[in-house]
Amino acid sequence: MAEAQVVFTPPESLSDTLMHYCPGCTHGSLHRLVAEIIDELGVRESTVGICPVGCAVYAYNYFEVDMIEAAHGRAPAVATGVKRVRDDCTVFTYQGDGDLASIGMGEIVHAAARNEAITVVFVNNGVFGMTQGQMAPTTLIGQKASTAPAGRRPEHEGFPVRVVEMLNALEGPTYLARSSMASPRWIRDTKKKLRNAFKAQTEHHGFGLVEVLSSCPTWWGMTPKEALDWMESTVVDYYPIEEFRALPEGDTEGE
Amino acid sequence: MNRIVVDEDKCRGCALCIEFCPKNVLRMADRFNRDGLNPAEMGWPERCIGCATCATVCPHVAIVLVEREPKKKAGAGQ
Amino acid sequence: MSDNGDARYGEPTLVKGNEAICEGAIWGGCRYFFGYPITPQNQIPEYMSHRLPEVGGVFLQGESELASINMVYGASAAGARVMTTSSSPGISLMTEGISYLVASELPAVLVNVTRGGPGLGNIAAAQSDYNQATRMGHGDMPMIVFGPNSVQELYDHTAWAFQLADEARAPVLILADAVLGQMMEPMRPRIDDHPPAPDKPWATNGCKGREPNVVNSLYADHDDMETVNLRVRQRYAEASKRCLRWAEHQTDDAELLLVAYGTSARVCETVVTRLREAGTKAGLLRPVTLRPFASERIGELAEQARRVVVVEMNMGQMVDDVRLAVNGRCPVDFTGRTGGNIPSVEEILTAINEHSPVAG
Repeated sequence: MAEAQVVFTPPESLSDTLMHYCPGCTHGSLHRLVAEIIDELGVRESTVGICPVGCAVYAYNYFEVDMIEAAHGRAPAVATGVKRVRDDCTVFTYQGDGDLASIGMGEIVHAAARNEAITVVFVNNGVFGMTQGQMAPTTLIGQKASTAPAGRRPEHEGFPVRVVEMLNALEGPTYLARSSMASPRWIRDTKKKLRNAFKAQTEHHGFGLVEVLSSCPTWWGMTPKEALDWMESTVVDYYPIEEFRALPEGDTEGE
Repeated sequence: MNRIVVDEDKCRGCALCIEFCPKNVLRMADRFNRDGLNPAEMGWPERCIGCATCATVCPHVAIVLVEREPKKKAGAGQ
Repeated sequence: MSDNGDARYGEPTLVKGNEAICEGAIWGGCRYFFGYPITPQNQIPEYMSHRLPEVGGVFLQGESELASINMVYGASAAGARVMTTSSSPGISLMTEGISYLVASELPAVLVNVTRGGPGLGNIAAAQSDYNQATRMGHGDMPMIVFGPNSVQELYDHTAWAFQLADEARAPVLILADAVLGQMMEPMRPRIDDHPPAPDKPWATNGCKGREPNVVNSLYADHDDMETVNLRVRQRYAEASKRCLRWAEHQTDDAELLLVAYGTSARVCETVVTRLREAGTKAGLLRPVTLRPFASERIGELAEQARRVVVVEMNMGQMVDDVRLAVNGRCPVDFTGRTGGNIPSVEEILTAINEHSPVAG
């Protein structure tokens, strides 16, 4: 009898360890996608990852590659330092919306403007998760947060920031896209876009960023499935799923 | 037979695998894992088509193996 | 450290202080510079922007001090000899990152070409960042601090700092000021080879052939954080034994001991001469490293002194360290100017006489 065909095993670049994320949080599956791409590109032994401050602060325990824990918001600057010293390394940052779009807005804009040859995995779940559900720069209008108990009001807290569209105004970046973790279909799309963002670095020596819409069932006050459904029904209205800047010469994958 | 393997101590009991399984193979187990959570298990393994949708959506990488039995070749005797 | 007979040094040339820092860094093995413009240190990034590519290095202007110090953090984590320079308000912005360097056990060389403050202040010379430099940052964080007083020392301290930082796995700060950075003096460059950099098996530059490395300053477990703090302190203590430096001028019989560092120590040498001419047995101790501090030697000299006077270009900061060192053996007075002013010889003499004249 022929042996069974292995359809799925976790990637080598992902540690075989229990992750600390809340039930239904999509950080874990996103870690897996990043690790699969590192495996598939064959760059595990030359990759350096930079963790944020936020829920993914312990990501250095979850990737089987060299990892650096950065100060809040500064991951793109740390990545720049690594890349300028070791251009042969594949360097990625993994940052949440508080880290990247609030305190670290300066660093991400200028890394993109320089077309720094790094890959940025930007996790947008519209909330400061680790510090217990405060309002993020990406919190939607009307969405409640522990520091916006009545929901975000544009006249008081202003409007949510569309990071990819903003970076798309720059000449520098090589690859910019937004994706979602809302369903298996969109998870597969996220992987294709992440691969493009890594190829922006490895094949085009440029800056690649994917903004990945993610869920936070804990601070959204929803079940894991309700949270994904809300992303599909509501979040994408404000944050469209799109490849804003494709790789040069049609060297791109995605739906 | 097609099958999946759940690392029950990694499972957080979020049930997304159950929600998205196209063949309703999975259910929550009655037992508890190390952290007192009910892990997912194959309730109806005969229905599994080995599509790995559960592993794709599992946020905790708790589904650590998906196997599909080889396709039967046409004309091969049984 | 240098003298005419030292074969490690070449012929003297006239060099500006800020450029001496650059050449010292390059001799010390620095190949990466990240920084943000601020007066009065702009000659350093300008010089490095053309000089580093000549030696195969990289200069990159960061978008801010925050970005620059974190680029330093990344470059150091990748195993490079790297530096940044700034001036007082810029150092304030970098302070968080410097604390991360300490906690993550990363070597780097930092220079503060101090200006008048607080606030935006001005671009004149000051020593008002002494407390910031020697007590810098959140958390328990010891850091070696040099206080050069000449263009030669700017060169020598910067050159040495890279080796010291690598050995201590910690940042080293050079505390200069606007006068030192802008002035020109004869300086002898090193003509020997700098010692080889130690291996950095901890560096995050790809895990080929080994387990992955992590560079990190997060220790949720109290005991783990304490272990790191004790290890960092131990390395600082060992490096301190090797690098503690001070200079003495006519201290053998000094009954009036002046203590000053950097630019104010240059003024105090003349003050000592004037006091000696007037019959007062005066001497000067100049701390060369500000952390570690020459506490023991100051204590010894206080045994024979009847009075100690500390002179600074601030409102009295190092005087606290001197008082701790003197430990009540004799009175300790302070005089200084602030806001970017340098105390003159006459002002210091007047202050000494007004406080309590020392009999000759």
